Amino acid sequence: MTASRTIAEQLQRAGVSRRNFITFCGKIMVAAPVGLALTNKLSPQAMAATIGKAKRPSVIWLEMQDCTGCTETLLRTSQPDLGTLILNIISLDYHETVMAAAGNDAEAALNDAMKANDGKYVLIVEGSIPTKDAGVYLTIGGKKGSEKLQEVADHAAAVIAIGSCASWGGVPSSTINPTGAVGVDSIIKNKPVVNIPGCPPNPYVLLGTVLEYATTGKVPKLDSLGRPLFAYDRTIHDHCPRRAHFDAGEFAAQFGDEAHSKGWCLYKLGCKGPVTHAPCSTRHFNEVVDCWPIGIGAPCAGCTEKDVAFTVPLFTTVDIKRPVPPDFYPEVTPEHRPVSPVATGVAGLVGGALVGAGFIASKKLNEGTSDEKPKE
Amino acid sequence: MSTDRRGFFKNIAAAATLTAIPTAALAREKHKAPADAVGLLYDATKCIGCKACVVKCKEVNNLPADTDGYGGGLYDAPNSLNGTTKNVIQLYKNAGEESFVKKQCMHCIDPACVGACMLGALQKSKFGVVAYDPDKCVGCRYCQAVCPFNVPQFQWTKIAPRIVKCELCKDRLAEGEEPGCTEVCPRKAVIFGSYADLLDEAHKRLRENPGKYVPKVYGEHELGGTQVLYLSHIEFEKLGFRFSQQRSVPDLQQTVSHGIYKGFAGPVALYALLGAVMFRNRKKNPEEEKES
Repeated sequence: MTASRTIAEQLQRAGVSRRNFITFCGKIMVAAPVGLALTNKLSPQAMAATIGKAKRPSVIWLEMQDCTGCTETLLRTSQPDLGTLILNIISLDYHETVMAAAGNDAEAALNDAMKANDGKYVLIVEGSIPTKDAGVYLTIGGKKGSEKLQEVADHAAAVIAIGSCASWGGVPSSTINPTGAVGVDSIIKNKPVVNIPGCPPNPYVLLGTVLEYATTGKVPKLDSLGRPLFAYDRTIHDHCPRRAHFDAGEFAAQFGDEAHSKGWCLYKLGCKGPVTHAPCSTRHFNEVVDCWPIGIGAPCAGCTEKDVAFTVPLFTTVDIKRPVPPDFYPEVTPEHRPVSPVATGVAGLVGGALVGAGFIASKKLNEGTSDEKPKE
Repeated sequence: MSTDRRGFFKNIAAAATLTAIPTAALAREKHKAPADAVGLLYDATKCIGCKACVVKCKEVNNLPADTDGYGGGLYDAPNSLNGTTKNVIQLYKNAGEESFVKKQCMHCIDPACVGACMLGALQKSKFGVVAYDPDKCVGCRYCQAVCPFNVPQFQWTKIAPRIVKCELCKDRLAEGEEPGCTEVCPRKAVIFGSYADLLDEAHKRLRENPGKYVPKVYGEHELGGTQVLYLSHIEFEKLGFRFSQQRSVPDLQQTVSHGIYKGFAGPVALYALLGAVMFRNRKKNPEEEKES
């Protein structure tokens, strides 16, 4: 099987140039600068050397209730070489979208791939799994989706849920959730699941995770939602190219207005950047600079957050969790301001009323004593 | 501890003797910075207003953001020191003159707040830091009223309010670290060091850059001296430092209170006045009695 070759051997056979491979390594280093043993290297050449020595990881890719968007984001690169490169670095042994086989042949291919790398392959799942009405809404090869998933996962070394649907249900699970769609980690309980949410997620996050596993045998550190920390440790807001406009209080008020065309902050249009942990603001899509929602003037939808995307309406603003100082300053205010004439007038009135009331009260007191005295 | 009858009388006798012996009220000596005094030196000409110190201060002191100001909840934008802010950067801008200014506790050598605090919740402690002990505080806010720099702030919105003021990151100092604000300052506009070193450094800067600064180190003499020193290119009054007097607030207070009792003049005058009023009333009353 081709999976037994090292990545370097396979790339040489496939005629992928070393330059392309090193460029690719450089891109992963940029996408995941910290948190991976893989990218903790001095140069892309050093990283290329490490990856080159690794065996190509065998990958089985299952599709559940999905739109194939996650597959597209991995394969549809602007530079045609890159797609080839990716398919040579990983050994994609079973993938319903890119394989030619269908029907029984496809099933046979899956069984072969599972047998050949039993307990060693990486299972990538795309799409959510229906659970309602005994899971009848998805059938693959005569089996229910959840059964198929459990069967393939049982023989996998690592399970990766790619996309928001596989991570926690995504679009199919949004209210009213007609199919009872859930994420992979609700079905697979006997294996740790790495969630790579996003709609779609950045392909470099997937490649970083798979290659980290191929070179070190370990999955990267995860956060509380099971997302790899190397990619999901910071919010979009932290590195947003429009952040300066936020700090300066410069907001687009509606689509197409002057502020919007100037590229001002999209927060007031419902941008979820301040609460969304994702690497989008530093690693754009399709190898095109500024090719990501905020880059083209669309507010972030918060697709990598379980409680935001498909839950909070698109144009609803979110609370700022960690407010920091804005780009403007309080004045050095005089600590004792001059007293305004109005305040003086009010104080005079109050004082006068008190004095008057006191005078009248004392007079009444006097009257009281003079009244009593004649009685004695 | 039990006191026997004999011991009790002994104590009474001792106390009586001490009270009877007249002691002259000593003139207050000018306080000097403690030997281990540390402080800050803020150079307004270096500050770029990045507010890294404001962010770090909130982080190390675990203070919530003040989102009531500009921006409707989007920013931590305190207008001045307040119940959630121990350190703030303000901007002076007028007639072509511009300067940032950092405000936090000045850590006076002879602090007004320590003199005013009736239970000793505010104390000059290790490294000369004016430290706050919330367990002793009754919330009278005398410190807030008396501070010439308007530093101690009250938590108006809390049920059990405390005083909020910079304590020069005393917990970090105890661990040998520098305060948060100086650690993060990218231009070293605010630096941390021993009081003596900072004073030397400030004078060195004045010497080496004639004409760049207002030729004085604010805090060297002002209000009895402060452990936080300032250099600036525009007048300190404009940056909100209203006082340029050299005597400390407690020193002034003592002058006033001792002045009243000088030669026992105050009490004599007061009782003379009261006596006069009584005399007048006594004269008045018999007439009224006769009338009725």
